[in-house]
Amino acid sequence: MSGQQESAMNRFVYIIPLLVLLVVGGFSVAQLANVSGGKSVDVLPSVLINREVPPFDLPPIKGRERGFSSEDLLGQVSIVNLFGSWCVACMAEHPFLMRIKEQNLVPIYGLDWREKDRDAGPRWLAKHGDPYTLIGDDPDSKAAIAFGVTGAPESFIVDQKGVIRYKQIGPITPEKWEETLWPLIQKLREES
Amino acid sequence: MRTLVFAVLIALAAPIAAEAVEPDEILADPALEARAREVGKQLRCVVCQNQAIDDSNAELARDMRILVRDRITAGDTNEEVVAYMVDRYGDFVLLDPPFKTSTLVLWIGPAVIAMVGVLWMAALFRRRKSETGEIQTVAGKAAQPLSDEERKRLDALLKEDQ
Repeated sequence: MSGQQESAMNRFVYIIPLLVLLVVGGFSVAQLANVSGGKSVDVLPSVLINREVPPFDLPPIKGRERGFSSEDLLGQVSIVNLFGSWCVACMAEHPFLMRIKEQNLVPIYGLDWREKDRDAGPRWLAKHGDPYTLIGDDPDSKAAIAFGVTGAPESFIVDQKGVIRYKQIGPITPEKWEETLWPLIQKLREES
Repeated sequence: MRTLVFAVLIALAAPIAAEAVEPDEILADPALEARAREVGKQLRCVVCQNQAIDDSNAELARDMRILVRDRITAGDTNEEVVAYMVDRYGDFVLLDPPFKTSTLVLWIGPAVIAMVGVLWMAALFRRRKSETGEIQTVAGKAAQPLSDEERKRLDALLKEDQ
């Protein structure tokens, strides 16, 4: 190797660490952007898919006689929707849940999560409408943690055998409903 | 001395300040509480990306801490409590990812990269040596032994220094 060739080669060697840094750094920045963009929830693996609904038995919210337990979900395809009167995204989702209820498409069961006082949930439902077949009061996250919930709203599609088949993080949007949830519900109904 | 004592106190205070466990959550039995702390340190607050539930003020973290204590009081072992959480949130809930096939790159990756670097450098040095038969300077020129004149001058300078 001549001296000139070698020094060119030497210089190239010094660039390699920089290239490695750029690749690793670029990857990290991309991942960080994902996290701050709110997409990080997607990386949470949904371990409960295709497993039975965790057993729970919640008391009713004020003004209702019956609470909500895991037993109530057997024998039908249903949606379990976790909400709270304090949750802004739940408010955004709420009109669409009312439409599902009005068109009688599928029963929706509610988990009223982390209400600070016992009147907040009932007041919210009286004001905006109540799309839920049954509602359980979950002030200390017992059911929420059992469902592996990280934020509200979250919804689960449960089949006739009480097995969780789908998890929706964030509000159910009309697009998501048409694309994924409604076709899946129809498919699960044919399964039985 | 006073500075030293102060420094030690500050150093001891830091980890205590980071705790988010509130007084009303603490179990009456100190042994059970100690176990709850041990479990709490391993569990990730699932809404805060990279904090243990013991260090987080998030409401969900608080509820998880209480659930940990409920289960310990009910007679679960530490492992059972951790397994309960992993069952619901997946490995994500563990601050230390478990060693298995899907996390192999994570655990082995840095060591492999370091090893490749060491081998690469070793190869680089060996090649330079074998090409010229002697150690090279950074500029790429072969190092020359000192001439007699240079040696004399160096000795004189060194003597001067003493």
